[in-house]
Amino acid sequence: MKDKGKIVAGLIIFFMFVTFPFWYNHGAASTAPEVVLTPKAKAAKTCIADKEFMRTEHMQILDEWRDTVVRDGQRVYVNEHGKEYVASLSDTCMDCHSNKAEFCDRCHNYASVTPYCWDCHTYPEEKK
Amino acid sequence: MMENSRRSFLKIAGYSILGVSAGSMLIGMTPKLTGASSKTALPEYIKRPEAKTATRWGMVIDTRKIDHEMNEKLQEACHEIHNVPDHIAKFDNKNHEIKWIWATEFKHAFPSDQDDQFMVDRLAHVEIPVLCNHCDNPPCVQACPTKATFKRESDGIVLMDFHRCIGCRFCMAACPYGARSFNFRDPRPAIEKIDMAFPTRMKGVVEKCNFCAERLAKGKEPACVEASEGALVFGDLNDPESEIRKLLAEQFAIRRKPNLGTFPSVFYIV
Amino acid sequence: MLEKALKGNKSYWMWLGGLTVLIAVGFIFYLRQLEFGLGITGMNRDVTWGFYIAQFTFLVGVAASAVMLVLPYYLHDYKAFGKITVLGEFLAVSAVLMCMLFIVVDLGQPMRLLNVIIYPTPYSMLFWDMIVLNGYLLLNIVIGWNVLDAERNGVPYEKWLKPLIYLSIPWAVSIHTVTAFLYSGLPGRGYWLTAVLAPRFLASAFAGGPAFLILLALLLRKFTSFDAGKKPIQTLAKIVTYAAIANLFFFLCEVFVAFYSQIPEHMDHLKYLFVGLHGHGVLVPWMWTSMFLIVTAIVLLIIPAARQNENVLAVACAFIFIGIWIDKGLGMISGGFVPNPLHEVNEYVPSGPEILITLGVYATGFLVLTILYKVVVGVKEETGESRR
Repeated sequence: MKDKGKIVAGLIIFFMFVTFPFWYNHGAASTAPEVVLTPKAKAAKTCIADKEFMRTEHMQILDEWRDTVVRDGQRVYVNEHGKEYVASLSDTCMDCHSNKAEFCDRCHNYASVTPYCWDCHTYPEEKK
Repeated sequence: MMENSRRSFLKIAGYSILGVSAGSMLIGMTPKLTGASSKTALPEYIKRPEAKTATRWGMVIDTRKIDHEMNEKLQEACHEIHNVPDHIAKFDNKNHEIKWIWATEFKHAFPSDQDDQFMVDRLAHVEIPVLCNHCDNPPCVQACPTKATFKRESDGIVLMDFHRCIGCRFCMAACPYGARSFNFRDPRPAIEKIDMAFPTRMKGVVEKCNFCAERLAKGKEPACVEASEGALVFGDLNDPESEIRKLLAEQFAIRRKPNLGTFPSVFYIV
Repeated sequence: MLEKALKGNKSYWMWLGGLTVLIAVGFIFYLRQLEFGLGITGMNRDVTWGFYIAQFTFLVGVAASAVMLVLPYYLHDYKAFGKITVLGEFLAVSAVLMCMLFIVVDLGQPMRLLNVIIYPTPYSMLFWDMIVLNGYLLLNIVIGWNVLDAERNGVPYEKWLKPLIYLSIPWAVSIHTVTAFLYSGLPGRGYWLTAVLAPRFLASAFAGGPAFLILLALLLRKFTSFDAGKKPIQTLAKIVTYAAIANLFFFLCEVFVAFYSQIPEHMDHLKYLFVGLHGHGVLVPWMWTSMFLIVTAIVLLIIPAARQNENVLAVACAFIFIGIWIDKGLGMISGGFVPNPLHEVNEYVPSGPEILITLGVYATGFLVLTILYKVVVGVKEETGESRR
């Protein structure tokens, strides 16, 4: 193989690129984010579903909500325990969790996620 | 010789990528466990009890009761509660104008089907409010490649799903009434005061009148109807006992471009 | 066979370098468009499709024109086209690629473009457009590449290619028909709501595409060792002639219908394009230039002595191509949107960033075309078929 040198060099560069996230952030691990509940959220004791479920599935719930509200016109969500909530990010979720910067953004920033919901949907801390 | 092994390497790589993507797609499609601890029933969705319902919402605009101030009130009522940006006021930019309801001369509201030569005085100078007609046979719905624009089967309102719209503007080309607007840029800088009860839109999506579906869901009438002091009548076109049907039985009313077969739901008493 | 494109002389690399610069500039402006929105273009609330979609419409025609080589050669055994069919197929690949790029560049929310696949909507013409364009791209890549490869290895192409080749013939017609149907099925746009739009599209495609192909063949003869020969070029020229005449005839039919019937709504769009409407007439000089170019080209092409002189032919082909580009690319879109459904006049002129992004997309297409043609030239040299 007369190209052996180029191939080996190429492979090394490739592995450096692929493992970049690991060695670049080495030793700079930040602590898991701590979210803050507002007094209203604490008083409510539970969200529309329990905490573990909400943590992993809130995206799916919002995705379902946006189709049922907009396309089917069904605006009230009845959870498994029969409690009714208005299916609205701004009116229901943000009503309790009105501290977006200390609640939503903490985990989103840590996970490097930028949901585009906020491009349209208003939240209480917005200054106009 | 090198070409053949390079080719077979590429083939194997291609098939592997296909295989991995197909596999992960299949895994992604397996039903998820909901993980709730004490499940009693499945979640479901319902309407509010006070929501207004109809099988085909319609509107009658009595042009005899409309004047310039009324037209301004109609537009203000609608644009304020829906966070419709005003690019003309803010940036002096007519190109990016967004309007859900507005007023125009008779010859522009009814360009080809009613001739305005020797027009009766009353109509020669009044401005007619125009908006999306929420057609029964909407060409915009037929055009949309993602069903982001759709006619709600339950009540006939032609709605926009802003989450799905890809901004191709085919619906705008299809609309025979020029009722739709496009967000050529982020609308927020051009909104005077954001009404927190309603979302804004983002750049790159098409928008138009939604017959105040969110107000109907709370049992209220559309904002323009409420502000019109009776000049606009709203109701169920499929209910023979409704006020709107009784009005249409008494008064002759026309629709815009009836020859196109779109069956608009907005009528005009002229 | 791609390695054929990796060896070239200085002008080859300078040409590719220049194209890359154009692509980079276009890309930077596209990033700006992604950030700001489509507001950086000249489009407005009334003219919501502009330069990008105009180029897409025009290039679908160029892509479809490959059928004018495939049909005579594969279906009717017209041996003279044997050498250049692959040129037509690769031009189709480059053109369809540009079409798809123009559509993506025109979208307000391009990251959602997969919604067209996730939520298929068979009654929407855009859905079918996506299907036929992707299918045509695939067909032409597979056919062109495999036939060229077989030629290089000195063997007849594999049998499974034959049904694909036959399929590509109606498919080519379908891509431009579906594109025409995007326009001609809209009830609110009088200028487009005509049965003759699809035939007009096809006629202008079969004039403009082969005209461009002739120019490419002449360029290849000048700059490379690939000589298509006189006969295929002359046959193509005859195809261009008749297609251009058909296109002009269809246009004159439109003019007759509008102005003999005297229906204001039908006349208004043509008036806006050719004499201006309500004081607005930014496209008027362009449309008359287009008419002049097309008519002059037809006159030149009809005269056998002129057509057979390859220098005059080149001029005529350039005239046809530019004339049709103006007609389809500028006139048709603006003419359809102005006046708007309320009979108001709001004009459209492309903005600087819009033009630069357009050039970037064109440069991408030409880059692909150059590379593919370099492969063709390389293979023909290898098999000794270049000089006749």
